[in-house]
Amino acid sequence: MSKSAPNTSNPWLFRFAGLTALVTFLLIGLGGLVTSHGAGMSVPDWPNTYGYNMFAFPISKWVGGIFYEHTHRLLASAVGLLTTILAVWLWLADSRKWMRWLGVVAFLGVIAQGILGGLRVTMHMDSLGVFHATIAQLFFILLCAITLFTSRLWLELAAGKKSSFVSRSLRTLVLGTTVLIFIQLIIAATMRHQHAGLAIADFPLAYGKLWPATNPDAVASYNARRVSVTDEAPITAFQIKLQMAHRIVALVILLLVAACARQAWLRLGPTDALTKLALFWLALMCAQIALGAATIWTNKAADVATAHVMVGALSLVTGALWCLIGFGRSTSFPQTQTLGVFGVQTSMLANK
Amino acid sequence: MKTFSFFLLLASLASGPAVHAADITGVITFKGAPPAEKEITPIMDDPNCSVSYTKAPLTHFYAVNAKGELADVIVSLKGVSGKSTGASAPAVVIDQKGCLYTPSIVAIQTGQKLIVKNSDQCVHNVHDKPTVDGNKESNDVQMPGGADLTYTFAKPEPFLKFQCDVHPWMFAWVTVIDSPFFSVSDKDGKFTIKNVPPGKYTVEAAHRKLGIQTFDVEVKDTDVPANFTFEAK
Repeated sequence: MSKSAPNTSNPWLFRFAGLTALVTFLLIGLGGLVTSHGAGMSVPDWPNTYGYNMFAFPISKWVGGIFYEHTHRLLASAVGLLTTILAVWLWLADSRKWMRWLGVVAFLGVIAQGILGGLRVTMHMDSLGVFHATIAQLFFILLCAITLFTSRLWLELAAGKKSSFVSRSLRTLVLGTTVLIFIQLIIAATMRHQHAGLAIADFPLAYGKLWPATNPDAVASYNARRVSVTDEAPITAFQIKLQMAHRIVALVILLLVAACARQAWLRLGPTDALTKLALFWLALMCAQIALGAATIWTNKAADVATAHVMVGALSLVTGALWCLIGFGRSTSFPQTQTLGVFGVQTSMLANK
Repeated sequence: MKTFSFFLLLASLASGPAVHAADITGVITFKGAPPAEKEITPIMDDPNCSVSYTKAPLTHFYAVNAKGELADVIVSLKGVSGKSTGASAPAVVIDQKGCLYTPSIVAIQTGQKLIVKNSDQCVHNVHDKPTVDGNKESNDVQMPGGADLTYTFAKPEPFLKFQCDVHPWMFAWVTVIDSPFFSVSDKDGKFTIKNVPPGKYTVEAAHRKLGIQTFDVEVKDTDVPANFTFEAK
């Protein structure tokens, strides 16, 4: 890693990558609002908007669901532009070959993501929305990783200036938890893009039970009692089971993240940056579960459900960044006493 | 003259007994308390839509009158298909008025025209979402004062959803049937399936929320009653 690392950091490149990641995060939020408001098909054409060039669509016509879908498209265009600039900048300014190609991957990713979003509209395929939402999460991780790789922190890690060994078991635990969060987000995207509203309307119980009945009569009864302003499609037994899976996986993730934080505390010490990051991760998970409950208690209020989506994205990227830093600190660096990643004194002794 | 009368009688006997169609009529009632309807509050947040209202209108999933009679139930003959006269039947019209579909529950035959109008002073997108192969999904823009949109569906499908994504509280449900033998219960719960040929049939009553009930009848040459009672689940 040290061989291909640049000798000096480029703070403006780092800031620009961070800006692109931040705008992408906002775009995920806006995408969440589009789905939460059921507005994904409110602009029937693409790439035009009601026959207009999308950038010339009059503001006076940004009404109802059109507002969410159109602003999502505009912000997506901004992310596309920022990503293109970032890719060109990386290609010209970064001496690391793999970083240049990472920029190219980001560029291709944003193009693919834009086309996927467009096809979801023109082909009337709700199922494409699941892929669109999932790729958005991966793209966000990629931009955050690029931001990390262009940071002074990473260059110092690569130069072996700052490192403290992170044990394989801890790294594996965090990686496994992060993968599970990603699976959880796919489950969530599947639930949201079926446009069936809440498959289970109560929490912490489910239709008043620990495990709800899902026989045909019970499902018919649930559907008969559902009175919703937006009259979502009738729920199915599969959707009820999917939400139960989402709840169970959420609990498992919470326990796993708590275990990660505890292990980081014990092995790296309470002041290590990765311990602090793990504690932040745990706080995010607690907030996420509270938001999940609030999503149900508010009957899937759009702002609450969208906050749930955004904190989910943050949870995933936090785990991913932890993994990158953890693996970066433990692969090619000497296992001697040194500074922690954020300049905090740490010791190998803490790892034992 | 006698010769003419003789041949007339002969022709009449040769054609066999006369076949008379009859109507199947009935009333749909609802037993129990329906779930409370909800106020469509987002409609009041939209300046184009709120002008039609002084207070938020209610959803109307359960159109039950004071006598417990239930509207918006699709009553049809189960298993009767391939008899559509939709191509020559008059078009059914749904209007978008006050940012709501009126009516929101209709039934048409395969091949019959469904016309969607826009009486509002705002844009709507008319998005139909069939789930049966052979019925095509579309998503059309309808500007204020724009031309009517016309839809036909080739395959039978219960409760095919039409929605407006600009105003996500707007929806209509169109049941497509492969015969002319159906009816939608009115505000008094009454329905009439007209001109049913003699024979044994299963009459099916379908409510969007309450599911399906069936009733076996035999049609001869007089009208046949068929009443249904749905219960709260």
